This record gives sequence, C-alpha cells and structure tokens, in this order.
Amino acid sequence: MSRPPSAVGRFFSPDNRYLAPLLITTILLVSQVSFGLLESFSRTALAIATSMLFDLVLGHLMYGRYPNLASAYISGISVGILIRSPEFWPYALCAALSITSKYVLRWKGRHLWNPSNFGISAILLLAPEYVAALSVQWGNNVWPMVIVWVLGAVIVYRVRRFHITFTYVVSFVVLAALRSAITGHPLLSEVAPITGPMYQLFIFFMITDPKTTVKSKWGQCVVVFLVAVVEMILRLAQNIHAPFYALALVGPAAMAIEIWRTSKDAPKVVQTAA
Amino acid sequence: MEVTPKKVQAGLAVLLAALLVTPLVYKRLVRHDTTSTSDNASTALARYGFHFQESAKASGIDFIHKAPTLDVKLKHIMEQVASMGAAVSIVDFDRDGWEDIYVVNSGEGSKNALYRNLGNGMFRDVAEEVGLADVNQAGTGVSMGAVWGDYDNDGYEDVFIYKWGKPELFHNDGGKHFTRVTEEAGLPKWVNANAALWLDYDNDGKLDLFLGGYYSEELDLWHLKTTKIMPNSFEYATNGGRKYLFHNLGGGRFEEVSEKMGISSRRWTLAAVAADLRGTGYPDLFLSNDYGVSELYLNQSGKKFREAGKETGVGYAPKSGMNAAVGDILDNGRETIYVSNISEEGVLVQGNNLWVPKPGGPVDKISYENMANAMGVELGGWSFGAQFGDLNNDGYLDLYLTNGNVSLDQNRSYWYDYSKVAGGNEAIISDAANWPPLDGRSLAGFQHKHVWVNDGAGQFQEVAQMVGVSDIYDGRSVAMADFGNRGVLDVVVASQRAPLLLYRNTVAPGRHWIEFELEGRHTNRSAIGAEVRVFWNGRQQLQEVSGGSGFCAQNQRRLHFGLGSAASVDRVEIRWPGGVTQTIQSPAIDQIHKVQEPS
Repeated sequence: MSRPPSAVGRFFSPDNRYLAPLLITTILLVSQVSFGLLESFSRTALAIATSMLFDLVLGHLMYGRYPNLASAYISGISVGILIRSPEFWPYALCAALSITSKYVLRWKGRHLWNPSNFGISAILLLAPEYVAALSVQWGNNVWPMVIVWVLGAVIVYRVRRFHITFTYVVSFVVLAALRSAITGHPLLSEVAPITGPMYQLFIFFMITDPKTTVKSKWGQCVVVFLVAVVEMILRLAQNIHAPFYALALVGPAAMAIEIWRTSKDAPKVVQTAA
Repeated sequence: MEVTPKKVQAGLAVLLAALLVTPLVYKRLVRHDTTSTSDNASTALARYGFHFQESAKASGIDFIHKAPTLDVKLKHIMEQVASMGAAVSIVDFDRDGWEDIYVVNSGEGSKNALYRNLGNGMFRDVAEEVGLADVNQAGTGVSMGAVWGDYDNDGYEDVFIYKWGKPELFHNDGGKHFTRVTEEAGLPKWVNANAALWLDYDNDGKLDLFLGGYYSEELDLWHLKTTKIMPNSFEYATNGGRKYLFHNLGGGRFEEVSEKMGISSRRWTLAAVAADLRGTGYPDLFLSNDYGVSELYLNQSGKKFREAGKETGVGYAPKSGMNAAVGDILDNGRETIYVSNISEEGVLVQGNNLWVPKPGGPVDKISYENMANAMGVELGGWSFGAQFGDLNNDGYLDLYLTNGNVSLDQNRSYWYDYSKVAGGNEAIISDAANWPPLDGRSLAGFQHKHVWVNDGAGQFQEVAQMVGVSDIYDGRSVAMADFGNRGVLDVVVASQRAPLLLYRNTVAPGRHWIEFELEGRHTNRSAIGAEVRVFWNGRQQLQEVSGGSGFCAQNQRRLHFGLGSAASVDRVEIRWPGGVTQTIQSPAIDQIHKVQEPS
C-alpha cells in the first residue's frame, strides 16, 4: 500500500494550482524588495485587479459560475511585471485584453493563446509609444538570477513541465550560437537576453501554460523548439519583442493543429431518431 | 430577453475588438501635431508669445564640437561610448554687463571657446587670449563641462572645468586672464566626470564644489587595461565614478569631504543641481544618475548630507537620469525638479520625471510626485539637457529640452542590439567586448527637440517646431541667458559633433519683465544659493541663483522673471544664503536690478 503524500509533497504536486501563483509572487516580492524591479506596485496591482475582475465577470457570463482566480492572478501579475509604461492605462488594458482573449479566441472549447502572451503582444504592437517590455536584469549580480532559475526549475520539474523549459533553453542557446555565427556578434551578446527576468517569466510561466500547450510530451518539445526557431528569425530581423511574438505565432498554430487532429480522429456521434 | 451563450460570445467578441482598438483611439485623442512648423515668426508670436531665430553664425559663433577618440578596445562602439562632452555655460567673465558663453570641446587637442559678448549682437572667441582654450591636450583627458563661481570672492567668476581626465580650476584675474590653480587647490589627478556645480553647503561665505564621477576614476579611457568598464547593470549599476565634495578652506585650497559629509554613491551621475528645496536655508543636492535611481541628499544644517531618495519618492523606479533642473513652475514658491530619461517607441519608455513637491507636511518631510505625464512633459525621446525659463515673459516658467543620442546612418538602428545586451547579466553588460558593434548605425538619432510652454494651469504645450526650433543634432547641453539685455531669454544649445546653436528670442510686445543681478558681501560673492521671490498681481515666483544645472550646463547667474502684462511688481524678497532677507518694494519693471547684499 502506498503512503499518502507528505504536506511538502502535496504542496509541490502538479495538482496544486496555487504553486505557480506562489512562485511568481515570491519572485516579484524578492526582486522588488532587493532591488526594486517594478515600475510601481500600484501599476502591477492594477493589472492584477483588472485581470481578476475581468475573469470573474466574463467567467460568470460565459459559464454562470465564478472561476478560480489563480490563472487570472498569474496573467495579471505577468502583465504587471512584463510591460513597462509610465502610464497606468496600458496595465489595465493589457490585463483586460489577456483575459478577454481567453474567453473569445477559442476553438472547440479550448483557448488558443496564452492569455498574457496575447495581451502583451497586442499592446506592444498597438501602443509602442506608451509601452515597452521588461528589459532589465535581476539587480546587478548573479545570485538572484541563480535562485530564480533553481526555484523555477524545481517547480516546473515537480509539475512535470521541465522538459518544455529545458528544450526551450537548449534551443535558445544553440540558436544564439547560430545567430552569433551569422551576425558576427559576440556569443554572449546573443545569449544575454535569456539571463534577464523577462525570460525567466517567459520560460517558467508562459510557455509551460498547461491550457495552451499541446498534450503530448514530444509535441510540447517540438512546439517550443519551433518557438525558439521563429524567435531566432525575428531576432535576425532585429525584432525587439521576438519571444512574445514567436510564442503568439507558433503556440496557437500548434494548438489549432492538435484540436483539428483530435476532432478528426474522434469517433463521430450520430444521433438517431427514436 | 433571453441571453443565449451565443449572444454572450458575440458580446465578448465585440468587447475584445473594442479593447484592441482602444490604443488607436487613445492615440488619436491625445496626439498633438508637433512636426508642423510655423508659417512665420508673427504667427508664433501671436500664438505663443515668442519666436526663436537660430543665429550663431550671424553672431560670430562658429564652434563645432569634436568627440573624443578613446582606447581602440572601444572602437566597435566608439560613438556610443564617446557620446558626451558637448557642454555650455554662461558667465559675465569680465563684468562688462554682457553675458558671455563658454563652450567646451572634447576632441584630443581640440580647443574650448570663450565667446565674449561684444554688446552689439556679436561674439568673439577670446579663449586663447585669456588662457582657457588649450585644456584638452593629449594625456590630460578632454573637457566634459565647466561651471563658474567666484571661489575667492574677488568679484570675478572663476571656472572649474571637469573632464574625462584631469579636472582643472582656473582663477579669473580681473576678467583679463585666467591662471591655472589646480594643484594649489588640491584637486584629484583624474576623474571621469559629467557633473559639477558650485554651492556653499555650509553657508560659510565661501563657494564649495561638488564633482560627480560617471566612469570610475580608476579608468584612463585612452589606455584601458580591460574592457570591463561598462555599467554592471542597465538600471541598478553601482560601479560608476565616485563623488567629490570639496570644502573651500579659503586661500585657494579645498578639502575633499564627501565621505565625511555622507556622500558615498558610486552611481553613474550625469547631472546635479543644488537648491534649498525645503526652505531650511541650506542647499540640498539632487543627483540624476544614469543606469539607476536618482539621489536626493538633504542638507543637515551644513554639517552632513542625508540621502533621502526613497523617503522623498524620487529614488524608486531606476531610469537613465541625464538632467537635473529646478523651477517654480506653478508660481507657488516651491521648486520642482526635472529629470530627463530615455523614451523610444516600442523599445524603452522610461518617460522623463517632473518631481513636484506634495503640498503640506513638515519641512523636513518633503516628498515628491512625478507629474511629468499629467503635465505633458514626459516623452522627449533620448532626452539630455533641459532648463526652465520664462521664454515668453508670461510669468510662468517654460521648459526647453534637447535630445538625440547618436545620429549616424539614419536608416539603420542600433536599438535592437543595444536592448539585447542591456537586458543581460552583469558579467555580460559590464564588458564592452560583449557589446555588438555599432557599425555606423544610429541610436535614437535625428530627434526633434521640445519646447514646452507652461500655461500656468498645470499643462505644458509642445511648440518647438512652431517657434523655430528645428535642429535635429544630438543635443546635450542647454543654457539660457539674456544676451542682449533686452529682458528676454535666449537659448544656447551644445550638441555632440555638431555646431553650437544660439537661438535668439523675440517676445511679443506688451510683456514685461524684471531681472536681478545679485552680489553677496558676507555670503559668497556670486550669490549662489540666494533666493529671489517676486510678488505681483497676487502671484509669486521663486528663483534661486545656481552654480550649475541641467546637463553639463550653467545658466546666467542673473535671474529673469517674466511678468506678463503687469505694469508693476508689488515687492521682491531676497533671501541671501546666510538667511538674511531683504525686501525691495515696488521695483521698477523692464529693468535689470543690481542688488548687493546689505551690510
């Protein structure tokens, strides 16, 4: 007879939907307290509040019940960290776009885009005068980065998504070497972006989102490899927001293919008259 | 009516579409046309009350700034690293009553220029004659800026030239010649500085000197042993140059007291301004730092400085501080601080900061709110120098901002590669060898300047193109002065690898003014730190004599107040640095008043 999991085991279980929110909150608090990562707490709070409010209202409208807000919280906090603007409205708008996309851009009952990826890509594209993406690093030494990497890696391993993160990181570094060979720029300058906090949120939270990744393990690895490839192409074209746009292009396409294949293979239910 | 799931879905689709078009609608609503130019000067005069005419050449000024060529290890990013050095300061060095222009150069072996105002609209470079030209010899570094102050109270303004290299102090010998007194003064051998100012921090009547390092003072940028010279973070860098506070001991000697006085920052300082921000009678010190947060050092009665950036609200949200200027923009007797940063569409939208003091509260608990967005002075491109001044004599301080970083090939941008390393870890960003080559590309180049007119009700309107400011050089340093003694503020702009510009101002008739030229007796003779409050029509405006402000700049020491259509001034209150106050009842308007500190 197997022993019941310990409290720690339960906490780090894939079923704990509060694991990811806790991790991202910890990252935010540590980085804010240690070196002041955020533009301001109020802007991030606005993004979180808007995200949760939209999820409550739209979830109730669509399904007649109030959804669990863990996912909306992650979307809101991601928006609050990942975009930079001296104005307040982009934070609210980006969060609203993220959540609304989750309810609108659906096919056969599944949403196609990772919500915050859609919201951030859209706002960067539509309001570049007012919005930029997070582009700074974790303070000015290596330890905060190492802690986040280790903590993030442990957690995605526990929730069985480590292969996604690992595949992406390896792909990025290999493709960075390829970019370096093509452009003649120092390898470290091509690798530099992945050492920043924007990427840590990207690889631990965005590309691993269970709702917007394909189901098979191999499929997930192929998709993130393709994300890295499209990102490389965008980077060679000097696109500053390459990772967001790459995921926004590849992710939904992969989801659409999977949904189409699943529905094609599914047994057809024929209704017969009594 | 029944709400079906399909109707809900349709409604949500409409909502998503509406959210997507929101930014486009917002842009249409708030965008002002800033690119059209005025048909003619009279239109601008009628609409905004002033107009500029660029007239450097016509006035005998033919200065072109040269940038330094640093160690060959930096060759791949040379224009980006050597992107500063154009600087201008205003002084009446010979006390003839006409404001002169000192402009520094940064090419190895290049000459600085001192344009003497001949009083007839023309200037003549006398730097060679007076001994202030040849200060950029190989091996001594190159000039980054200069500030003027009468450190020995002999009545003539002396000059401190700060460099990436050996800082120099020159004594003004009666307005006829300058003598180098660097060694006697006890100044350091080498500082890579981009900020300096004169202040009397302890009100002892002798001007002290602040000097802010940018690159570490241990680096000779022409003979580098390592390429690890860059900031160790784009927003949290702490490996910049040290700060110096030289206490004036008298007799031409200075003692370095920064550590003792509580100033130990190693941030990358690009601008500094000193002003009595709390009404304590002592000047506080504000530092704008590149790659990090600003710092505000509160003066503890001349005995110590206490850093209070976070406490006062100015020390959060690290940006790329490149300017520090103060001005009473609301005519309420309180000074706001303007800090310039970087804003590039879709890449980096830091926004400039306008730190407005929050009303109320005890004197020592001052705190600030960034009102740049609300007041319309937030987005200025890759912003550098800025100064406040009443350009149209309507009684409210306007704001002139220059900008642009590196203008090379207009069609190719370095932004992508710049942002790539800027987001990298310390080990990557701090090593210049990791920076991709600039390769002739521009980085925020060819930018239009900003002239913001203050409506007095909390809003600034951008009018640069309309009032004749159309240059797109890589602007650095801005200084204002009334060169014609006409009661209007002209503007001088020093740009990197570009000609010095003199924008002569014409103000619409019927707008009055008053100017004050102060001279201390017991306090420092330059009267730096003296405050003047002009009261008229139920309004008041505060200005303070400054020993350096903006980016590598210094305005004229004379204080200029626009009065609008007012035919008289009720009174003027002068508070001298030691705390002595002097009131002048109903001074004549449209005049320059020379005021000596009462004995």
